[in-house]
This record gives sequence, C-alpha cells and structure tokens, in this order.
Amino acid sequence: MRLSMDLELQDVPGQLLLALQPFRDNKANIISVVHHRDRKTPRGMIPVRFVVEMDRSKIETVNAKLKESGISVVRAGEDRLLEAVSVVLVGHVLHSDLGDTVNRIDSTGFAEVMDVSLTMTGVDEPSSAYLKIRATGKAEIQKALAILREVGAEKKLLVIEPIEAEAV
Amino acid sequence: MRDIKVSLVGYGIVGHGVVDVFNRKKKMLRDMGLNLKLVSVTDHTGTVVSENGVDAEKILGERTLANVATSSMKGKEAISAIDSDLVVEVTPTNIVHGQPGLGHMEAALSSGKHVVTSNKGPLVVSYSRLKKLAEDNGVMMKFEATVGGTMPLISLVERTLVGNTILGIRGIFNGTCNYILTRMTEEGIPYTHALSEAQDLGIAEADPSYDVEGVDTAGKVVILANSLFNMNTKYSDVDVTGITGVTPEALALAKKRGYAIKLIGNVPALTVRPTLVPLGSPIAVSGTLNSAAIYTDLSGTITVTGLGAGSIETASAILTDIVSIYRTKRIDAIF
Repeated sequence: MRLSMDLELQDVPGQLLLALQPFRDNKANIISVVHHRDRKTPRGMIPVRFVVEMDRSKIETVNAKLKESGISVVRAGEDRLLEAVSVVLVGHVLHSDLGDTVNRIDSTGFAEVMDVSLTMTGVDEPSSAYLKIRATGKAEIQKALAILREVGAEKKLLVIEPIEAEAV
Repeated sequence: MRDIKVSLVGYGIVGHGVVDVFNRKKKMLRDMGLNLKLVSVTDHTGTVVSENGVDAEKILGERTLANVATSSMKGKEAISAIDSDLVVEVTPTNIVHGQPGLGHMEAALSSGKHVVTSNKGPLVVSYSRLKKLAEDNGVMMKFEATVGGTMPLISLVERTLVGNTILGIRGIFNGTCNYILTRMTEEGIPYTHALSEAQDLGIAEADPSYDVEGVDTAGKVVILANSLFNMNTKYSDVDVTGITGVTPEALALAKKRGYAIKLIGNVPALTVRPTLVPLGSPIAVSGTLNSAAIYTDLSGTITVTGLGAGSIETASAILTDIVSIYRTKRIDAIF
C-alpha cells in the first residue's frame, strides 16, 4: 500500500537519516521525501513529508521506532486515489440519471467521483456539470474516462475531457 | 536574378491578398534574387494574362476579373496554356471531392509546375496521389497556408525541427470556433448569440456548419497526419465533435476550475473535440487566434500561435512557401 506521512524533525544534524532508518529496516520503498526547511513549526521543528510503499503489517513497527528516536508522526494516511481528472458534461445530465452516471464510475472500485457541480437553465435546456474524478493511478483514470465516454454516448451527453499534458 | 513566372488560380479573398503581397514585396524579393512575375490571374469569369507581369493596381479594385479579363480561358485550360513555373491555387475549398482545386493541381503538377496552395480540399481528398505526381514530375507542392494560416507549422516541423521525432500535435486550428467560444466565456452568452456576432463581423460564414461542426479542423488534422506523420488517412477516419453543443454554463464551470474549453484537433489520434485546456497553457489562446503544441522527442514541447485566417496573412504563408521552393538546396547539392 502507498502511505503518506508527515513527520516533524528536530533542527539538528543527522535527523533525516534517523527518520529514514526504520523505513529501510522494514523494507519500505520510499517514493518521495520533501523536506520543508522553510516552514519551521512554532516549536522549531522541521516538517518532512514521506510517501512510501510498504507492507500494511509493518506500519505499527515503523511508527514505534520513529517515536523511540524522538521523531513525532503528525499524520499518516493511506494515499489510495492518487490521480485526479476534471471533466465537463453537457446535455440532460440530471434527467439522464446523474446518480447512475456517478455510480458507473464509483462502482469500479478504482475510481470515484469526488466533486460534482451542476448548472441548470430552463427545463428543456441542456444542463452542464463539472465532475472531478479521482483514481488509484494514471491507467485507472483512462479507464474511468473510457467508461464516462461510453455513458456519454449512451445518454447523449457531450463529454469534455482535459487535454493530455503528455504526447501519448 | 532569377525570373519566376507565377500563375494565380482563384481570385477571392486570398487571391486578392496574394496579388497585394506580391506587389508590396517586389523590392524585397528582388533583393533576395527572386523576380516573381505574376504572368496570369484566373477566376471563374476568365483570365488576365501579361507576359511582363499583371498590373496589380489595375485588378486589385475588381471583385472578379469579369471586367478586366484578357482571355476567356478558365481553370485547367489556363494552367496548361500559360507558360509558368509555378501555380498558386487558391480557389474555394471542397472537402468532399476537392474540386475544382484538385483538377487544377493535377494539371499544374503533371505539366511540371510547382504548386503552392491554401486550398485544403484537394489535399484532404488526395494527398498521397498529389505528392506522388509532384515527385514523378520533379516539382514541389507546398501548402503551409492550409493549416493555421500564417502560423508556421508544417515548415517548422519539416525544416526547423528536422531530426526530431514528432510524437503528436494538438491545437486550435479554427479561428471562427475559437472566437465563438471566447465570446461565450467572456460574456456568458449562448452559442447562437455568439455565432450571430461572429457572422456580423465577417468571422463566421452565413452557413457556419463547415467551421462549427469541426469539418474544417478535421480537414487540417488529415493534412497534418498525411504530410507530417506519413499516415494515409481520409476525412472519415477522424472522430469529429463540433462546438454547437457547448453551453455558456459549461464554459463557466470549466473556467471556475481553471480551464478553458477549446476545439482541439489531435494528431495522430485523429480526433476533433471540445476539450478542457488549462487556462495558463500556451495553447489556450483567445479570439480568432490559432495555436499548436508540437510534442517532440528531442526538443520537448514547442508551441506556436498566430492568425489562422485573413487575406494578407494567408498570402504571407503562400509567399513563404514560394521563396522556400527556390531557396531549398538538396543536401547532396551542397557538397
């Protein structure tokens, strides 16, 4: 599982190495370490965000080791839905069962609709909706978009997707 | 000094621009060693022929050549009969059968004349055949003005970015659609209102379907795919959605989240559809501007933007193509 943790380190040499040790000992794969020297806490501690991939069963051991070394764990949480995408739908968004549209994404298990804004004009006029979809990875985002495209074709909705930042 | 005899076929908005630009740039071209002589101008009413060069002042005030034509020759007949080195083909475009431009280009190429054009239709219908015809006859066919007007795109990829592998091109290739979407966003007005505003300003045609249904953009996608990606595609291969379904509410929702909605053509994906583009992105240009992001393996992403249409602007792209034909030296000719 992928985990993000916010730690606070004392501003003395060797602290970062000390914080890394328990992760290493428990075979965690470190994805990123962001060291915020410029954002010292009122107590003079330095916040550091770790993103790691590790076995769920080892979390407690790592936590205990960190505490032993005098490092405080401010927050730890599972990062499950790592990627996000914005989509705009136009058409009879509500009357073509918006609940079902959202559910088609949510029921995948790998993607969820996290945010919906709806603008409705006249009764017979097309409505417009903004959806933010989060998913467990880039490939899952593409799968979610494919589902939405399918739903769009079925319900005669215009699906406006974001331009891809990469070439392929 | 090199004398180049040019025949112009088509005397509409772009044709007028070509005559005007040739006239204005005469001295500059001479300084480059090129003496461009416009030996004939042809439209659907006839032809003005002059061995020493057609007098621009005499014909620029005329909407058609009906009152000034010196010969009744038209189209292919004029192309074959008049002695020229290069034909500029700027007749109205037809994306279904490519005529009359297709016949004009075939006639020019097969009689050994270079072709420079702003006419998309023939290239969409028959690119590979025309290209082969040019090769077989040892002449060139250039068409920068067909995509993005004056915005350098084809020459940028073929010459400046040579050596790069082009991974994709995405962009705004229709100024009319971009104008309508921009106005809908700015004023919160519905599509039909923005369209009539564009029609009043002469930005949209009386029958706007060619632009707003995405047909024009799809034609450009086909040209880019065939010429820069060596694909062999036709119009029907492109998945096209126009802008008529976009509402001011959708534009407002997108804007609130940091996006503009633009009609984006995508090569080699062969799609044309309204797309969310981040507001800070260099391709999110407004008004009638066109833009293109070129994704390359060595140079990263290059973005260009410029005026996509207009008489003088299109003529400028045509002039660039003409000059580049005579400035091109083959690599093996340098040594």
